[in-house]
Formats: sequence, C-alpha cells, structure tokens
Amino acid sequence: MKQETYPQYAARKAKRSPLGKDCLLAFLVGGTICTLGQGLFDLYGLAGMSEENVSTLVPMTLVFLAALTTGLGWFGQLAKHAGAGTLVPITGFANAVVAPAIDNKAEGLVLGLGAQAFVIAGPVILYGTLASVIYGLVYYCLRWL
Amino acid sequence: MARGVIELKNPPRIIASAAVGGKKEGEGPCGEQFDMLDPTGLFGKETWEQAEAEMQGRALSLAMHKAKKRQEDLDLLIAGDLMNQCTSSSFGALSFGVPYLGIYGACSTSAEGLLLGSLLYDAGRASLLGVVVSSHFCSAERQFRYPLDYGGQRPPTAQWTVTGAGAFLLGHEGSGPSITAVLPGRIVDGGITDANNMGAAMAPAAYDTLKRYFDGSGSAPQDYDRIVTGDLGAEGYAILKDLFAHDGVTLGESYTDCGILIYDAARQDVHAGGSGCGCSATVLSAVLLPRRYKRMLYVATGALMSPMSVKQGMSIPGIAHLVCIESEG
Repeated sequence: MKQETYPQYAARKAKRSPLGKDCLLAFLVGGTICTLGQGLFDLYGLAGMSEENVSTLVPMTLVFLAALTTGLGWFGQLAKHAGAGTLVPITGFANAVVAPAIDNKAEGLVLGLGAQAFVIAGPVILYGTLASVIYGLVYYCLRWL
Repeated sequence: MARGVIELKNPPRIIASAAVGGKKEGEGPCGEQFDMLDPTGLFGKETWEQAEAEMQGRALSLAMHKAKKRQEDLDLLIAGDLMNQCTSSSFGALSFGVPYLGIYGACSTSAEGLLLGSLLYDAGRASLLGVVVSSHFCSAERQFRYPLDYGGQRPPTAQWTVTGAGAFLLGHEGSGPSITAVLPGRIVDGGITDANNMGAAMAPAAYDTLKRYFDGSGSAPQDYDRIVTGDLGAEGYAILKDLFAHDGVTLGESYTDCGILIYDAARQDVHAGGSGCGCSATVLSAVLLPRRYKRMLYVATGALMSPMSVKQGMSIPGIAHLVCIESEG
C-alpha cells in the first residue's frame, strides 16, 4: 500500500464538522426564512397589492431584515449555527454586501465602503449576469429553431 | 554554526514583561494574569488597526514601568505583528523614539524577536532592548479572512486570533529568567493548503526545530520542565506529539501549547484554540514566565502565508523559532 502523505494524514486527523447537526440546523433556519418569505408574500397579497409588486416587496423586506440584523451583529451569531440556512436565501447575499461595507467604512466612503462593499458579492453578480446572458442566448437560439 | 544551536555566552535576562488583551482573553483561563484588558478591543482608538498599534504601545509602556525604565534607556526596539507592512508595530513604536527594527515571522514573531534581541545583547551591541509583538482578532480577520459581520461557519480545525500584545525587556538587571540558547527555525512546507488548519501547517516546522534542538544540544524532552509551542492549537498539538512518537520520542506531560492554554475551548467557541503573535507572547508573559520554570523551551510557530498565496493555491509553509529560557531556583 502506498504510504500516506502528510496532507492526507492531516486531513484524516482533522476534527470533522458535525455534518448531521449542521444540515439539520441549515434546514430548519433556511426553512424558517423561506416560510417567513411566504408569510410576507401572503400578507402583502392580503393588503391588496398586485402579485408583481409583492414579488418585489418580499425580497426587499428580507434583504432589509438581513442588512439590519447584520448591522446589529445578530446575523453572524445566527449564521454561525445555521450555515447554508442563512447563506443560501437572499439573506446571505444581503449580509455579504453589508458586512464588508461596515467593515471597510474606516477607509472612507469611496475607497473603503464603496470599493469594498461588493468584494464578496461581486463574483456572484458578475457570473450571475454572465450566466443569464448565456441562458438568454440559448433561449433565443432554441426559439429560432 | 548557522544550522546549529546557538548557546549564548552572555545570556540576557528578561527583566520585565507585560501582557495586554481584549475581552475574550480576559474571559479565558489566563485572564486574571494579564496586566491590562480592554473589553471593547479598541483601546480608545477609532479603528482596529489603530487599536492594535495602541495595544503594542501600552504593553511596552507597562513593561518599562515595571522595570522602572524610560524611553531613553532603551538601545533598541524589535517589534512585529501580522498586518501588512507591520503597520501595528511601526505606528505603535512611533511615539517611543527608540531605534526600531520591524520584523515579520507570522505568529512566530515573539520568539523571532526574543532570538534576535538575545543575539544582539550577547554580542554586546545593546544592553537594554525591548521586544513587542501583537495580533488583533478584528484586524487579522479583515486582512486574512472575511469581514467581521460576515455570516459564515468555521470548521473545527480553525483557530481564533488572539487580541493581545506582549512586551519583553532584555537586559542584565535583577533575577529574571535568562535566555540561554536560541535556534532559528527553517521554513518547512508540509503541503497543507487549508488556511483553516494552520495547526497542521505549522506542526512539521515545530517538529523540525525541536528535533534539531534536541540533536544539536544533546538533550531530550525530559530535560525540560516545560516545552511550549506557540499556537499549534488542538490539531497541531496532537500532530506534533504524533510526529515525535513516530521517532519513539515521547514529549510527555511537560509539553503544552499557548493556543490551548489561552482559551477554554469548551466554553469560548474558539474551535482548535488561539493563534496570532499575541497568543504566544501574552501567554509567555502572563502565565509562563511568572512560573519560573528551571528550563523551558519556548517554540513560537508561524504560518508564512498571505491572503494572496492562499488564493493562488500555494501550500502554507510553517516556521518555528526556539528560545531556551532558564530561571534560577
């Protein structure tokens, strides 16, 4: 048998994340956030808003709440336990913009906050936009056929 | 000589030392032994980087106060930290007006500073030197990882950067512990690429340095009352013991690690333990030196990566510098 290399040994020895617990917490917290979104959707609908407006208002509300709780320092405390549960919904995106914005304000509004706000979310926006362009082209070509 | 143990003919004494820390350090098992704690972590400053510089200044002032020394008594100041361009050290030393050498050895900087200071003292080039190093959780997170409020999870192998500064004065007065031998570390690359497992990245360097020291000095682990590594944390601590066990050498009860000592891992949510220049420096000053071990090997460990090298997929080389500290009676 080939002898184990040091990185392989270290990886084997490394303490593992509690995967079952992490998945369960992600499921519960992520599910709660999505249920909150659905609740907001229903509430805005009951208030007599059009479905188009409601579809804009729900993510706006969730983004606002994530930004607010990030500023209050609560988001990180929850995300520490929830992991993908807070990262995957739109709340994770809001946190990824607000956290560096707060962090870098010491370097000024332009060179700090302005330049660094999208340091984490930037790649998501760039590749998200590129992916949508490719999707649009494929869709256009398929319709043409 | 260059590869061997350097025994000092004219060993300096650590005539005074001081440890300054933040909230988490104060709540840890060594909290009461710190000379000064600021639970806000800001030390009266506006930004984390300025706070770190201030912390260095306060630690040095406290050590000088203990030794009843003034700025003009100091021949040289050696300082280091984790920030780009060693800014915490440069700004921290700014108000002292003392000849200054800024050094970088990642988390091994405390031992590197003591080593360099001892050699200069030994050579008769300085009679009173200051060594001060620091790390700050908030400034280090910003530079090396994510923004502070970013919602993410740390793996169990991750370590918590200590907010703390340790200062040491090397001279000839009093009856403080002496630095009798030093061994500069070699850069050792174990091939670890996971920046969240720095204990594993640094353990081979600690092994290399200790093994070279035992071989070069003809001593064994049982000849020391205390063998302490800088910040290997729970992961690196276990790996180092494994590496020596592979050679048939037992590190034994005398071996411990500052990254394990500084926090209560079960209570303080620090995963594998503490890290940073401030980790080994504050533990040395607050906990280890006051115990006056007859013979102690202090081996501060550093992970020599940058955010850039990690992003480029390069492995994390480690280094470990050793100083042998002896106390009388």
